[in-house]
Amino acid sequence: MLEEKEDPSGVQQRARHFAATELAERASEFDRQEYLPKDVIRKMADAGFLGAAVPEKWGGLGLDPLEYGELTESIGKACASTRALLTVHTSLVAETLVERASNQLKEKYLTDLALGRRIGCFALSEAGAGSDAASVTTAYRSEKGVFVLDGRKKWISFAGIADLFLVFAKENDATSAFLVERDTPGVEIQPMSGMLGNRAAHMAEISFTGVEVPVENLVSSIGMGFGLVANTALHHGRYSIAWAGVAIAQAALETMCAYAAERVQFGVKIGSQQLVQKMIADAVTQVGAARELCRRAGRLQMERSPDAAIETNIAKYFSSTIAQQVTSDAVQVLGGNGCWDQYPAERLFREAKVLEIIEGTSQLQQLMIADHGFKKFAGAGSGWGK
Amino acid sequence: MPNEAVMDVETVTPVEDDTVAKAATVVRNYVRSNMSALRDEDLHDEDNIFEKGFVTSIFAMQLLDFIETTFDVEVPDDRITLQNFSSVQRISRMVGELKNA
Repeated sequence: MLEEKEDPSGVQQRARHFAATELAERASEFDRQEYLPKDVIRKMADAGFLGAAVPEKWGGLGLDPLEYGELTESIGKACASTRALLTVHTSLVAETLVERASNQLKEKYLTDLALGRRIGCFALSEAGAGSDAASVTTAYRSEKGVFVLDGRKKWISFAGIADLFLVFAKENDATSAFLVERDTPGVEIQPMSGMLGNRAAHMAEISFTGVEVPVENLVSSIGMGFGLVANTALHHGRYSIAWAGVAIAQAALETMCAYAAERVQFGVKIGSQQLVQKMIADAVTQVGAARELCRRAGRLQMERSPDAAIETNIAKYFSSTIAQQVTSDAVQVLGGNGCWDQYPAERLFREAKVLEIIEGTSQLQQLMIADHGFKKFAGAGSGWGK
Repeated sequence: MPNEAVMDVETVTPVEDDTVAKAATVVRNYVRSNMSALRDEDLHDEDNIFEKGFVTSIFAMQLLDFIETTFDVEVPDDRITLQNFSSVQRISRMVGELKNA
């Protein structure tokens, strides 16, 4: 964590205070009710957190990637669904508009998003288009000076309450991205429930039936929706998820340490058992390594390094993997209590699993990382064995 | 990305400007450094890098950032099209036009 002296605006201190007082005690309730209350979202907006990574000229806090990562960790450690709001609204939507939208679109929507006057969501996935996101079937056509959208999106976090949807649709083989307002005729929302994690994230399906979108609501240009807009969004989303993994793993580490320091079995605290210590040692090491990978990705983003994208993928892959391992160990250390929803371990365990799926599965990350490995290291080792 | 690339077959003017030629060298090297090490096929300046599968879709984002950072240009919205980013030849010509504008 950054020291307080490195937090001149006090935003990190405010985030930690908000997480401790508004989220930590209520996260379990949000999870059970599958509902993130509007007062929480309002307070996130009032604190400026929803525009954390948006430049100040557009109403945001202008945090750099490292600062935004630390904020994400603080929020995510207390409540995964609230952190999901940062991932979706701030990273996937607002940051993408900062980079890829025209000034006209920014003026129309970005300040509202940064200030939380509108909530955004990212509508890419469909029932038949998950990892193969380029295979979306939601269609658009140009007609009488507008774009007309038809299709159906699924697994869209915060679609249940969002005011603005970043939608990906296809005409022939050209995927394009559009901003669609919720109250546009032809838009229908069907809430989803029963999810493994992020239960309070207002997940929903969205159907579009003859939805007319103004021409100026095209993001970037025709045909650049997947290659440029979606990939930009997913890059920011993966960075957010990488920090989310650190957050959940840190929470699990603290939970298991506190429990093992108190719980007595066989007449001794279970923390004195070497096999329990092994799990704690692994967790300490893994959480530290994941946080450093996240920071490395953040620094490369600040330098606009060509390696920023792949290093972000590496951080996301590693931190989501270790979050699953550490939360599993936390459940193990807590035993029966680890399986009970009156303790946080089981919720952290469920939330961690989700991170291995969203914003590109671990398997997709492995493919990209292996490809990077061949490019970077095959030449260096070409003389091996000769 | 290859399956969504909509390209015309317009003939591109051969590279003649010095700025364009230098840009072509830099872009060619960058694209090559991002091609799969498991592919044996070589890259030609007129090849459509997405349709031929030399690079993956995520490369479009990296390529735009690389061009703006390396050549100190801002690619305007109306230039950000699949066509302008489809080959070393087209990219370097666009860079030359932006530098000479």
